[in-house]
Amino acid sequence: MSVPGPSQWLVLIVFVPLLAAVAAVLWPGRGAGRWLTVLTGLLTGGGLLSLSARLLDAGEPVTHALGGWPTPLGIALYADGLSLAMLWLTWVVMSAASWHADAYNPAHGIDEALFRPLWLACWCALNAVFVSGDLFNVYVVLEISTLAAVPLVAIAGGRAALTAALRYLLFALLGALVYLLGVALVYGRHGRLDMHGLEITPEPAMLLAAGLVTAGLMAKAALVPMHVWLPPAHSRAPAPVSAILSALVVKAAVYLLLRLWTWTWPELINGAAWVLGGLGAVAMIHGSVLALLQVRLKRVVAYSTVAQLGYLLLVFPLASLLAWQGVVMHAVSHGLAKAGFFLAAGNIMHLLGHDRLQGMRGISGGPLALTMFALALSAVSLMGLPPSGGFLAKWLLLQAALEAGAWGWAALLLIAGLLAAAYLFRVLAILLARDTPDPLAAPGSDRHVPTAMAWSALTLALGSAVLAFAGEPLLRLFSIGSPDIMTGSTGP
Amino acid sequence: MTPPVLYALCAAAIFGIAVYGLLSRPHLVRRLLALNMMGVAVFLLLVAFARRDPEVTDPVPHAMVLTGIVIAVSATAFGLALVRRLYRDTGRTGLSESRDP
Amino acid sequence: MTGFTLPAAMPLYTMATSLVAAVLIFALGETRGRARTVVNVAAAVVKLLFVFAMLVAVWQGQEFEVRLPMGAGLELLLIADALSLLFITLSALLWLLTTVYAIGYLEGAPQRARFFGFFSLCVAATMGIASAGNLFTFFIFYELLTLATYPLVAHRGTADALRGARVYLAYTLAGGVALLAGIVWLEVLGVDTTFTPGGQLDDHDVGPALRGAYWLLIAGIGVKAAMVPLHGWLPIAMVAPAPVSALLHAVAVVKAGAFGIVRVVLDVYGSERAGAEGLLLPLAVLAAITIIWGSVRALAQRDIKKRLAYSTVSQVSYITLGIALGGPVAAVGGLVHLVHQGLMKITLFFCAGNWAETLEIKRIDQLNGVGRRMPLTTAAFTIGALGMIGMPPVAGFISKWYLGLGALQAGAPWAVAVLVASTLLNAAYFLPVLARAWFAPPPEHWHERFDGLRAETLLALLIPTLLVAAAALAVGVFAALGASPLAWAEFIIREEYLP
Repeated sequence: MSVPGPSQWLVLIVFVPLLAAVAAVLWPGRGAGRWLTVLTGLLTGGGLLSLSARLLDAGEPVTHALGGWPTPLGIALYADGLSLAMLWLTWVVMSAASWHADAYNPAHGIDEALFRPLWLACWCALNAVFVSGDLFNVYVVLEISTLAAVPLVAIAGGRAALTAALRYLLFALLGALVYLLGVALVYGRHGRLDMHGLEITPEPAMLLAAGLVTAGLMAKAALVPMHVWLPPAHSRAPAPVSAILSALVVKAAVYLLLRLWTWTWPELINGAAWVLGGLGAVAMIHGSVLALLQVRLKRVVAYSTVAQLGYLLLVFPLASLLAWQGVVMHAVSHGLAKAGFFLAAGNIMHLLGHDRLQGMRGISGGPLALTMFALALSAVSLMGLPPSGGFLAKWLLLQAALEAGAWGWAALLLIAGLLAAAYLFRVLAILLARDTPDPLAAPGSDRHVPTAMAWSALTLALGSAVLAFAGEPLLRLFSIGSPDIMTGSTGP
Repeated sequence: MTPPVLYALCAAAIFGIAVYGLLSRPHLVRRLLALNMMGVAVFLLLVAFARRDPEVTDPVPHAMVLTGIVIAVSATAFGLALVRRLYRDTGRTGLSESRDP
Repeated sequence: MTGFTLPAAMPLYTMATSLVAAVLIFALGETRGRARTVVNVAAAVVKLLFVFAMLVAVWQGQEFEVRLPMGAGLELLLIADALSLLFITLSALLWLLTTVYAIGYLEGAPQRARFFGFFSLCVAATMGIASAGNLFTFFIFYELLTLATYPLVAHRGTADALRGARVYLAYTLAGGVALLAGIVWLEVLGVDTTFTPGGQLDDHDVGPALRGAYWLLIAGIGVKAAMVPLHGWLPIAMVAPAPVSALLHAVAVVKAGAFGIVRVVLDVYGSERAGAEGLLLPLAVLAAITIIWGSVRALAQRDIKKRLAYSTVSQVSYITLGIALGGPVAAVGGLVHLVHQGLMKITLFFCAGNWAETLEIKRIDQLNGVGRRMPLTTAAFTIGALGMIGMPPVAGFISKWYLGLGALQAGAPWAVAVLVASTLLNAAYFLPVLARAWFAPPPEHWHERFDGLRAETLLALLIPTLLVAAAALAVGVFAALGASPLAWAEFIIREEYLP
């Protein structure tokens, strides 16, 4: 059997986690689940290496027609720099969160037989979203991600988690059906659904379709004003699940917004660019202000996700290669930092049994030293301060805004950065306080944070810091196949 | 009025009614039913599009509808299971008054 | 003619000594105190050796440069020219002494691993600021310095400390935003922001955009340089432990600000061009206002550290004033004051720390007769204070002499008046302290905090204090020698700005 080539890997990185999920149903033990996850990580990691090498080598996207059927009849898989950025992010975050879950799940009574298949199915769905080149196929895999993510939210049980999961489910299903309605309109008009072959021109029916698709994806991505489901769902889920929800699952829907508006119907962007950018701006301010008001750690982080997703929409009004690179960098570094932050928050909850901020006064150091370090480092990236990928992203976006003479967007970026610093330093200050006795110093609290939990959080946090220094090769990879409306070249 | 247009209008009406139901009814089972109605509306539209050309029947929308039904069934089943669990654990059938603190 | 050649990446290695020390200290944890001390001191000594090697090499004409591309045309650039070495040498030397002092000061205190870890990180950031070769790199380390100093200001964890840290953060992060906006704006305007003697403006028209960017940069950096009205954080941040106030707030942070202004004026906009476009006069006026205002406010303080803090506000602006006056002589005065003020102010803060640690003296009215109980510390304080006033032959006199000459040469006699007024005010807030300490009758008994001392206080506190005091005296007395900071400042101006 020969080694699969890059385009076969497009299929394998979807099917390996899928088969592993099925296998995890058949062998529900903890050991089997762990090995299946490791195997999935190794195989998809190898596939990503091969794909990246091919992309850097050829300088253009990789495509694969499933079953040998060419588009528009068949379904195309497609990977460019943006896909690779998201696929690598998925790989790193899923691997680290799986490592965390190895120690977290047994300690928190999470049912392995239920958890593992859902976890792997979610991995499969995410990979599938990022290589899909077909509007309907996207609907299917987004639904798989929802149907895997919602039970993961509810897995620990309890009223709050169940309610949060149900609210999430209702929003996600509503979003999916609105999206599907838009897709049906596109099919009715054009008779094909491949994202890269459609030539959609501005006409009322297609504007309606694009609007429906966008509204549906916004519900899934928790973009303001469809964000109310996110904070309860992301804060009530177990820590590893929160990490992948905030870092990856919502981002899958934002990724689709980027892809559709820049490749599939770039002609419709005029006017819509400002609406989308405006919604992003509202999300950035609204999410940050609410994050500042929360009294529980995980809710601070969850509202921070609402705010940080808004940055990604700025690419539409700014529309330049710099903005594009900035947004992709932001998506990746936010994913790493946010996942690291959620895992670290989980470690604190693991020791304290709660995540009320006021109960955390003075806990820094001791068994939480590494966790604190991870938390601080992630925070630095989230507020866009150096040295971090978040900083590089902010710089690129700012430069794009000033080059376009868009003072308003530049001011927004700076203000949002300050707000992020405000809500994150509020948390850090509480951890540094020493005006009350350390709750962990009480006799009998000799619990410690398992190595896997501490180091998985730290790995992600360090990853988001190191991104700054790997900017050169990464931006080169991420920019391969960037859309024409961003690079300024005319015509396909 | 050609049949496809009639179907499309029907689909739009059903979709609208379903969205109204989803937003206005607190009972979770009703909300799941409303979501299913939305699905039905989209499927109706797709099937209508399959006959855009009266001479040929386009098979692709049928395939999409079948896939969509499978997804709708699984989502509904899972939703109902969650609702039942919520009812068993808390005695509630809706999300109201349960805003996360 | 070069006797030996050093690797071009020396600035990186020199910074790495503090960075590696920080990582090791965090990794060692709270309990392994002896190992931490060894790492601390060893790293500081190695760094000092590296710096001396670089000093010799730069004197002989070698250039150092390390580049790391960051993507999208951005570049991390570390250099070591004569100007950066001025700052690097100061911080490396004082790091060693302050580390020894801090080990004594924090003996037995909680959270020492965190303290020394962030302390080393601060020094690494300062090193990065000093050796930054372009504004992008400068910004990275400038923000890193903010982040690394925050936990040190908040170190005690009391409500006061947290409040001080919050104010500090609010000022510096807002400053960072202005700086970031200014730098990116310059880049967008097409100005190369690599530091080059004579500036980078070339044939750019100095329109409203370049002026706007200039004032954004000055405002952003001015926060750390504690220029009025952006100085509010400095007195409040005095809640930090004494070594932090000494090294960071007297030297690293405010100097990072002053140094940044020097770089922007001399190496980005260019002294001549900026002067011709009228960008320097408002800066000089701001510096003059800061000098007077800081001194006036210092007069009103009862708390020793607060008085010293306002004195810092005032004295740091001498550097800005020297640069903003626009002539080479004034620039020499400003640059040399970077070193002189650092030595004198750290002496004063060490003394304040010694009094507080040994006898729990925090306010000026508690100082009565302390000269009899702690003569060496009080003598050191006297040297620092007289230097600040500008009494020959202590270091401060040299700075003021060159600043005054430079002001006359640059045709700004009003600046001489500012210097005279400031000197009188300095005398007014330092001389009564000295009189009280030496001549007022001591109280019945002191609040002794240590038992069985062989000297007047712990040797780890006393020796660094005496060394920096001696250094503050020596750089003044031996200013005419070839190896003095004055000679180095003249070297900078001669080699780089008057080719």
